[in-house]
Amino acid sequence: MPDSIPVDSVGLVTPQTRHFADPLTLDCGKILAQYELVYETYGQLNAAADNAILICHALSGDHHAAGYHRKDDKKPGWWDTAIGPGKPIDTDRFFVVSLNNLGGCKGSTGPNTINPATGKLWGPDFPIVTVRDWVNSQARLADVLGIRQWAAVIGGSLGGMQVMQWATDYPERLRHAVVIAAAPNLTAQNIAFNEVVRQALRSDPDFHEGRYAERGVVPAQGLKIARMLGHITYLSDDAMRKKFGRELREGKISFGFDVEFQVESYLRYQGESFVDRFDANTYLLMTKALDYFDPAAAHGGDLSAALAHVKAKFLVVSFTSDWRFSPERSREIVKALLDGDKTVSYAEIEANHGHDAFLIPIPHYFDVFRSYMARIAAEVRHD
Amino acid sequence: MTELRADLAIISEWIAPGSRVLDLGCGDGTLLDYLKRERDVDGYGLEIDPDNVVACIRHGVNVIQSDLDAGLSDYFDADSFDYVVMTQTLQAMHYPSRLISEMLRVGREGIVTFPNMGHWRARAQLALGGHMPVSRALPNQWYDTPNIHLCTLSDFEALCRHMDIEILQRNVVDTAHRSNFGMTLLPNLLGELALYRFRRR
Repeated sequence: MPDSIPVDSVGLVTPQTRHFADPLTLDCGKILAQYELVYETYGQLNAAADNAILICHALSGDHHAAGYHRKDDKKPGWWDTAIGPGKPIDTDRFFVVSLNNLGGCKGSTGPNTINPATGKLWGPDFPIVTVRDWVNSQARLADVLGIRQWAAVIGGSLGGMQVMQWATDYPERLRHAVVIAAAPNLTAQNIAFNEVVRQALRSDPDFHEGRYAERGVVPAQGLKIARMLGHITYLSDDAMRKKFGRELREGKISFGFDVEFQVESYLRYQGESFVDRFDANTYLLMTKALDYFDPAAAHGGDLSAALAHVKAKFLVVSFTSDWRFSPERSREIVKALLDGDKTVSYAEIEANHGHDAFLIPIPHYFDVFRSYMARIAAEVRHD
Repeated sequence: MTELRADLAIISEWIAPGSRVLDLGCGDGTLLDYLKRERDVDGYGLEIDPDNVVACIRHGVNVIQSDLDAGLSDYFDADSFDYVVMTQTLQAMHYPSRLISEMLRVGREGIVTFPNMGHWRARAQLALGGHMPVSRALPNQWYDTPNIHLCTLSDFEALCRHMDIEILQRNVVDTAHRSNFGMTLLPNLLGELALYRFRRR
C-alpha cells in the first residue's frame, strides 16, 4: 500500500457476498443446488441503472479488480490501472461490478468451499464449469443488482471469452462488448500448455487426487511449476530478454543447480508467491474452461454463425507480441463480426510485453480504451 | 470535426445515401463520420496509424487497425460493400494494382483519389528543373516520401483498361480542391488531384 491512497484510486473496498438459492444447471449436466458469488462494486449505479459495467476476470484473477482492501495492502486490485476515477473505466461515470467466478478460490463457491450436501470441502468433486456457466451465474448476479442491461461487459484473455459468451447468450443484456487479448477458442498449442499445467498439479505427491486440503497439505511444487510455465508463456521472448537478459545473480556461474540466472530467480519467486494465493483444484477447473470454450463448435466451426445474433457493439484489442492469444486470433473474431455486419472496431497494439500486455497501461492501448469508454459514457443517460 | 475536405465533399456526392462503404486508409474517420451523419451510410474504415485509430474510435467511427498492403482478404468477403473508397493512399501502397482489384472484389464500385504527377508543375520541375517534383500536393523529398507509386491520369486510366475496369466518373481539382474550365479541358496537365469512380466491366 502506498503511503496514502492515490486520488485516482477507488480507495478502500469491501467485497460482498450474494447467496443464490436457485439451482444452476451446468453445461456438464450437474446441478449446483445453491451457491455464493463474491463481488466488489466501484462507483454508483444511476437511477436508470444503465451505467453498469461488468468485469470478467482471467485465469488467476478474482473479484478484487481495483482499490485496496486494507490500508496496509501492498498492491491494489489486479486491474487498478484501468478502473478508477478518470481512468479508462471511469468510476465517476460507471458502476463497475467485478466478481469471483464459480469454481474460483477467493470466496465464491468452488473447490475450497463447503459442499452443503456433504458438509465437507468440495475439493475435486466440484463440477467442471464452463464459460457459459459463468455467464449464466453472472446474469443472475446482474438480476439481483437490478441491472437489466450492462453498458459494457469487459474482459481480457479468459475474461474476453466470457464477454463473447455474454454477447451470444444474452444479446439484449449488453450494449458493448470489450474483448481484449482473447481468442475464439484455444489452439492445440494452448491446450498443450494447459495439459502440462494439469500434469504438474496432478503429479505432485501432495495432490492426493485433489483431496490435499483434507490432509492439510498443499501441492506446492505442482502449483509452482504450473505458474512458472504460465509466466513464460505470458511474456514474450523480447520482454524476457529486456527484463533479464543472461544476467547472473552472483555475477558468475557456479556450476550448480541453485538459482544462477536472474530469470530463474524471477520464475521461482512468481511460482512460490502463487502457492500462497491460489488453489490447485481451481487452477485445474480454469484450464478446462479455457480448453472447452469454442462458440463456433455448435455451428460447424462457423464463428460468424455463432455471432449472428449478437447485438452488442464490439471493441476488440490485441497485442503484437502476444503469442498465446495472438492478433491472428483476434482478427478471426473481427472477421466473424464483419461477416455479420456487426458494429466493431479493432486495435492491434504494438507492445513487446506478450500476453501480459493487457494488464499494462500501454499509452496507445489506454488511448483506445479510454476513447471507447468515453463514447459509452456519452450514451448513458444522465440523471 | 472540422469542415469536410473538398475532395471528400466531392466523393460524398458520389455515394448513394444508405449505402455501405469501406474506407481504406480512413485517417481520423472524417469521411465516414460525415457520411454516417449526412447520408445515413454504414461503414468501416481501415487504418494503420495508431493515433488515427484512436481518433476514429473517439468519433464513433468503426475502424479496423490493419495494413492495407496485407490485402483485404483477412476481413472481407466478396461483394460486401457498395463502395470501397481510398483517398490519397493509392500512391503509398506497395501493390496498387493488387489493391485496386481487391477493392473491386469486396465492393461493387471503387473510388480513389491521388495526386496527379502529370500536372504541369510536376512536369516542369522534372523537365526544366531536372529534379523530382515537390509541390503542395506532394510535399516530400524523394528520399523521405511515403509516395512510392506516383502516377498520372493517363497512367491510371491505362491501368484501368489493362485491368478491364470501367471508369464511371472522373474529376480533377487543384490542391485547394477547386475545379475550373481549364482542368476540364486539360485534366492531366492542369489537375493536381484526381478523383475516380469505377467498377468491374
